[in-house]
Amino acid sequence: MASRNDVAVSPGSEKIGRDSARVEISGLTKRFLTPAGEVFTALEDVSFTVEPGQFCAVVGPTGCGKSTTLSMVSGLDRPSEGSVKVGGREVEGVTDGVSFMFQTDALLPWKSVLGNVLMGPVFRGVPKPQAQASARDWLRRVGLTGFEDRYPHQLSGGMRKRVAMAAALINEPKILIMDEPFGALDVQTKAIMSTELLGLWEQIRPSVIFITHDLDEAVALADRVVVMTSSPGSVKAVFDIDLPRPRGAVQEIRFQPRFIELQHQIWETLREEVERAYARTAGGTA
Amino acid sequence: MTTTSAVSTRPVKDGTPSTAADAAKRAARRRTAQVWAARVALAAVVIGGWQAFTTWGIVDPFFFGQPSGIAKRLVDLFQNGTEFGSFYANIWTTIQEALAGFALGAITGVVFGVTLGQSRFLADVLGPYIKMVNAIPRIVLGSIFIVAFGIGVLPKILLAAVLVFFIVFFNAFQGVREVDRNILANAKVLGASQTQITRHVIVPSALTWIIASLHSAFGFAIVGALVGEVLGAQSGLGLVIKTAQNNFDPNGVFATMLIISVIVLGAEWLIGKLEHRLLSWRPPAPTEANSL
Repeated sequence: MASRNDVAVSPGSEKIGRDSARVEISGLTKRFLTPAGEVFTALEDVSFTVEPGQFCAVVGPTGCGKSTTLSMVSGLDRPSEGSVKVGGREVEGVTDGVSFMFQTDALLPWKSVLGNVLMGPVFRGVPKPQAQASARDWLRRVGLTGFEDRYPHQLSGGMRKRVAMAAALINEPKILIMDEPFGALDVQTKAIMSTELLGLWEQIRPSVIFITHDLDEAVALADRVVVMTSSPGSVKAVFDIDLPRPRGAVQEIRFQPRFIELQHQIWETLREEVERAYARTAGGTA
Repeated sequence: MTTTSAVSTRPVKDGTPSTAADAAKRAARRRTAQVWAARVALAAVVIGGWQAFTTWGIVDPFFFGQPSGIAKRLVDLFQNGTEFGSFYANIWTTIQEALAGFALGAITGVVFGVTLGQSRFLADVLGPYIKMVNAIPRIVLGSIFIVAFGIGVLPKILLAAVLVFFIVFFNAFQGVREVDRNILANAKVLGASQTQITRHVIVPSALTWIIASLHSAFGFAIVGALVGEVLGAQSGLGLVIKTAQNNFDPNGVFATMLIISVIVLGAEWLIGKLEHRLLSWRPPAPTEANSL
């Protein structure tokens, strides 16, 4: 695994690359002004750290501010209090070396598959022929050779996710942020995509922050699972997942005793929050 | 009715897919034929009725024209021209004015729409003024333009441009506002600059709206050019119409009207081609409105 990394990155740059891939979130608070003029606290004093090259999953009930946290890590939004540091430097504006994968499609419908994957390098000013070669290479890696000229609406949901994955990884990000990327997929496709994501992640090893509702998915993929409470969102517990890597097919890990044990342990913590959040929304709507 | 049901039962008897396909094709052809027959019949009833009523004297052809008279007048216009140059020259004047006004209005409309759509501040500052100007009956501006710029081509171009501008502007503005937030955020995270976002994300996304507005905008460009010509001109179809009106010649008005509608249909067809080319990425979604 480490040797594969060495092929891709020269030793010197790896050192710099590794340090700059640490994400430190400390005392993060975000308040919004509601249309009624009240202050709504979405996040309160959220702190956790993602080590360089670590796969960190964030689970929590709906409306616990998971997505808000991500938009502040990526620099799309600013915290009300506290800070996000990437590689020791405070995030101001869009952070360099970050890629984002959204739950819904963020592909440009008017560009072909190749055109979509090209966007990252083109925005960074990479010459077109070079960008095209690397886009083709990434499409090959996600298994979409031969689909370069299709438009997104001509692809299935799983294929669109593959394109999004290639588009997110082509810049070789130091940090990959994923907001329930496979949430809209059916169970089988989701399992396949998760396995492929792990394979690609092991090749370039960015730090990952992965938001999900699905605890099984979180445990199967991550090195660290952060459980969040809802309204206001804050960190309830952090679990380190010591399942060995490489983990191989995601479907298989689910049957390992250690997986079941960890899953159980985290679920105990999470259940309370989910029930609380559910009671609140059910009470609100009924 | 009975014949169609007989056609549809036959492939069931034969059971082979090729005859089923043949039957479907035949049914489709039959439908097309029926539609066309009904269209021709409708035209025959309307035009024939008009001709008949005016011939029988129920409607006075002196005021309302007569299809045969319109046809004669049309031939006359093409062969002998008008008192201000050949008919072709007049048609060409109006087309030029409409096209120039259309281009000017569409380009400024897109530029303003895209700019204001991206800048909340500018939109808030200019919004009330744009609404005010839009509330003015803009045809009246034609008089101002003629006073200011004389009876040449320029005031007609400006009037057409003003009419086109607002349609295109509001659509471009709305189109920019409707850009998918996720796509925008994604482009930003991928490191796109503001110009790159405008070029790769905002304009292509707003294009659906802009092109849709161009269809109705060309009609307005023609209206602008014609009204300008009616208000005061040295040549153009508006002038031909005005002269015909002054001479109590309804056939001349109708004949010119026919030419104008041919021009607008031609422009529509071209815009449709452009739309097809620029928006080829869209999933095919044939709607009733498209087939109209």
